[in-house]
Amino acid sequence: MPILTVKKLTKNFGGLAAVSNVSLELEQGELVGLIGPNGAGKTTVFNLLTGVYKPTSGTITLHTNGVDKPIQGLKPYKVCEMGLARTFQNIRLFKDLTVLDNVRIAMHKNVKYGLAASFLRLPSCQKEEQELVERSMELLKIMKLDHKKDELARNLPYGEQRHLEIARALATNPSLLLLDEPAAGMNPAETAQLTEVISWIRNQFKLTILLIEHDMSLVMKICERIYVLDYGQVIASGTPEEVRTNKRVIEAYLGEDVNNA
Amino acid sequence: MKKLAETMRNTKSWTKLLLLVLTYVIIQLLILFGIIQDFQQITLTTICINIILAVSLNLITGFTGQFSLGHAGFMSIGAYTCALITMRMPTIPGFILGLVAGAVAAAVVGILVGLPTLRLRGDYLAIATLGMSEIIRIVFLNLNITNGAAGLSGIPQFVNWPWLFVFTAGTILLIVNFLKSSHGRACISIREDEIAAEAMGINTTKYKVTAFAIGAFCAGIAGALYASYFFFIKPTTFNFQKSVDVLVMVVLGGMGSVSGSVLAAILLALISTFLQSFSELRMVIYSLILIIIMIFRPQGLMGSKELSLSMLSKLGSKFSFRKGRV
Repeated sequence: MPILTVKKLTKNFGGLAAVSNVSLELEQGELVGLIGPNGAGKTTVFNLLTGVYKPTSGTITLHTNGVDKPIQGLKPYKVCEMGLARTFQNIRLFKDLTVLDNVRIAMHKNVKYGLAASFLRLPSCQKEEQELVERSMELLKIMKLDHKKDELARNLPYGEQRHLEIARALATNPSLLLLDEPAAGMNPAETAQLTEVISWIRNQFKLTILLIEHDMSLVMKICERIYVLDYGQVIASGTPEEVRTNKRVIEAYLGEDVNNA
Repeated sequence: MKKLAETMRNTKSWTKLLLLVLTYVIIQLLILFGIIQDFQQITLTTICINIILAVSLNLITGFTGQFSLGHAGFMSIGAYTCALITMRMPTIPGFILGLVAGAVAAAVVGILVGLPTLRLRGDYLAIATLGMSEIIRIVFLNLNITNGAAGLSGIPQFVNWPWLFVFTAGTILLIVNFLKSSHGRACISIREDEIAAEAMGINTTKYKVTAFAIGAFCAGIAGALYASYFFFIKPTTFNFQKSVDVLVMVVLGGMGSVSGSVLAAILLALISTFLQSFSELRMVIYSLILIIIMIFRPQGLMGSKELSLSMLSKLGSKFSFRKGRV
């Protein structure tokens, strides 16, 4: 059963077609990779999926609880409410807030108490705040950040900032998680650890994950399927093995074969 | 462990309550025994009104990150509404009605102005809010009911220390509670990173307008208290200069620190009172003090930190330690 169907997605910036006619389909519970050379349009696809950009044409449909919801052109916070969460390529944490606050803020969309309760700090507010802290701590424990809950996000080492971004995305309680280069800038040991974390959270939270990544050790190890993007178009898709031996993919990454020139 | 934390929190909130009551009683006694006389009471009133203005502008500018130069406009709406109502109903219920109506009117204007302008960022928003407060001023200048440039005089006086205390302490408490709640954190996340906030499910427009409306509401209260205490208001009282004065308090105290705003409001009022004997040099010295503070504390007196009891006790123990060595 698919959870996300993207049909003929196109985004033009002036005369440049950053993404053209991209169609994707993600099955429930899949872990899919989106790869391609620099400037291929991977992050633009993410921005289209999460509502940061409005697509020029094409449809994006999210299938949750047996209902099909078109999400193209919706505002980012609406897309998030529908169960689609993301991390950012260039980390975008709330840097001057604590680790705990970063996660708590992402839980805000499910907070029930109103403004009046917050002004007067009514029992309903206090009780729910307590629950927020408890749930945030559970997530932080999973990402091994619980001992740093009062640290400012900007003071965390790079790898932990990446982990915190994932924890924050999980706090929105998503059914589909988009990870934009989660291993960027990590050393091989950190990447290996992150690889384990990603497959673990997928099983634990029954998530579907789409990830952009340049680190092929990570992609080939955990992705069940891969889409390859070049110049805004899908040039190949399939299992890691199929993609690895695909002629067009090799050309896109390494240039055309000398013999054909 | 949990129990301990709870009792700690309870003692803390009791200590805070005790401090509040103590502040009230001490100042009330000083007034009763004539140590704070009429002249000093004007400073006291200015301090309270400025605290309300600075704390509420800090919510908009320091916490939500929306640069606003229109606080005097909201203040004037509260002042004129309250004045017009109490002049027709010169009773305590009339004053309360005027105060509430003034605050609500300011909040409504805040929402109406906020919806179209809050999509602007940084300096653009500052210019838009500046324009808004000038429009409000010019409306009051040209209406018949507000008596134009001459302003309104003979507004019934109801405001005294108990009123001031209740509204100042109330504003601080409500805003601090709001900032500690999930809704408050949503506002703060907009300042930190608007794109990330929106991606995490925060309706950024809604929370910008909410912060704007709460700030305008409190500014309306401040305006109403001003009108009722000084019994005379005119459009120039609420000009651009007034908005800048409030902004100076917020920046001086520290963007994102409620206690900083309170401290700055008190400090600036005291400085300008003491400088009254240096008539010509007054503004020069005042400006010099501001420049010096900003050079040595560019983040403001408190930065983004809050004055807390634990900080006070730490400071206290440091102090007594030093004393002990001497």
